[in-house]
Amino acid sequence: MDHFPGTWGRPRNDVYGAYDPSYLQTTGPKTHTSSPAVTGTSVIGVKFNGGVVLATDNLASYGSLARFTDVKRLRVFGEKAVVGFGGDVSDMQYIDRLLESIDIRENYSSHGNMLNAKNLHTYLAKVFYKRRSEFNPLWNHVLVAGFDGEGKPFLSSADLLGTTFSAPHLATGFGAHLAVPILRRLFPEETPIEEISREQAVSALKDCLKVLFYRDARSIDKYSIAVITQEGIELKEDEQIEGQSWAFAERIKGYGAQTN
Amino acid sequence: MTSIGTGYDLSNSVFSPDGRNFQVEYAVKAVENGGTAVGIRCKDGVVLAVEKIITSKLLKPGANKRIASVDRHVGIVSAGLVPDGRHFVSRARDEASAWRSTYKAPIPTSALANRLGGYVQAYTLYSSVRPFGVTSIVGGWDSEAELAVDGQVGTGPKSGSGGKVEGTPAGGPGLYMIEPSGLYWGYYGAATGKGRQAAKAELEKLDLTSGNLSLLDGVKEAARIIYVAHEDSKDKEFELEMSWISSHEGPTKGRHEEVPKELREEAEKFARRALEGEDEEEEEKGQGEQMEE
Repeated sequence: MDHFPGTWGRPRNDVYGAYDPSYLQTTGPKTHTSSPAVTGTSVIGVKFNGGVVLATDNLASYGSLARFTDVKRLRVFGEKAVVGFGGDVSDMQYIDRLLESIDIRENYSSHGNMLNAKNLHTYLAKVFYKRRSEFNPLWNHVLVAGFDGEGKPFLSSADLLGTTFSAPHLATGFGAHLAVPILRRLFPEETPIEEISREQAVSALKDCLKVLFYRDARSIDKYSIAVITQEGIELKEDEQIEGQSWAFAERIKGYGAQTN
Repeated sequence: MTSIGTGYDLSNSVFSPDGRNFQVEYAVKAVENGGTAVGIRCKDGVVLAVEKIITSKLLKPGANKRIASVDRHVGIVSAGLVPDGRHFVSRARDEASAWRSTYKAPIPTSALANRLGGYVQAYTLYSSVRPFGVTSIVGGWDSEAELAVDGQVGTGPKSGSGGKVEGTPAGGPGLYMIEPSGLYWGYYGAATGKGRQAAKAELEKLDLTSGNLSLLDGVKEAARIIYVAHEDSKDKEFELEMSWISSHEGPTKGRHEEVPKELREEAEKFARRALEGEDEEEEEKGQGEQMEE
């Protein structure tokens, strides 16, 4: 009889050699929440005279696989706020349900939901920061669009660490590299928001989405776009990137079909 | 009362020899002093209305609401002890939110009434608690349209049934009344509080069982019924508070909301006119009703 239960049920040492006990290690932190699984790519947003426009494509990738192609990553909150989600889709769903419960609770008061986009952004950033401090982050980078307490257009970002950043135009993920330079060229720093029309803002975002589809391998040519004005939210979730031209692809050398 | 002095009315959860729980019956008495509340289940929605007796001129008109929302699609109005009603609503909200976190969908009105009935009944079982001093009317609209699951992100495949059965009717209005004993029934029209007898008599005249009454007519009738029920305590001023839940195609899009001011005032005008018209025949009728009691 072997009196050491720790060795029961194991391959016999005399047959297979000494067992390596490091395989039994159960201590140490859990790591399964510290990387995303199904992800969405860039979110882009621009402020214009009287509102904000926000856009994402409709793809959720599983690694490099284009797994889900009709995923709506713009989520409406109340009457005049929209959150655009990049990053983990299940964490987005969690946050979406969280926001739903807040909206229901806010509507219990006789004034209705009084939370504006600025309040919402502050709240989300704090949720992200709390979760990263517990080493259990919500793996998202979001843009919050709507209006602040004074009724001025509001656009701000919050990421999985709780970092916040505001600018007249913003992009997350790949868009931070590819869309922001385009938006900066179209709307230079010195241009006041009042001089940007809604049409200009929408067409700028469409251009950015097209460039992102050309160059971001985790993107798709179907997208959602939300225009938030004082009149309310116009959300279109089944749009198609128009006027593509892949002529430039022929000149690309160094990888893919043309390696030399 | 015969129960006084027998000792069986002193503790909750103790039956009298003839099978009654007197504490529950006393709770019903508390309800019978509260302002009249009514609910009407209409073809395309539900109306709730309550007679709010003005206890002080120092209270702000229109403030201190008595009808509360639960989730988005349910309203609750109670007659009896106001704080008991508040606690009841708070429990209903917790139940609705717990339902959402389990099923990722809004709670059906019938399920909410069931949970609340169970909750109220538990307060008749223990000597350490007293029963609820409220009878509550729970009105809601279960979505007839296909609702997205909470947090749903896509639409799924376009082919196949997706586990759904075609053509099954779903959703519609729901109206329940929960009493201090925990007893609850579903109703076409429900009334509780001081003027419930008069209100019930009026509700019965409406032919609610045929399901032809429209929501807008329901609003007018609810206002009229509260005015009729107030006739017996005419010396006290009151405020009418009304809320409604319509179908998805209707004015509230399946949500529980306060009836807009203009519509409420129109309904009140209709109610006053209807009462003036009744004035002549009132004496005859008044005697008839007393005979019944």
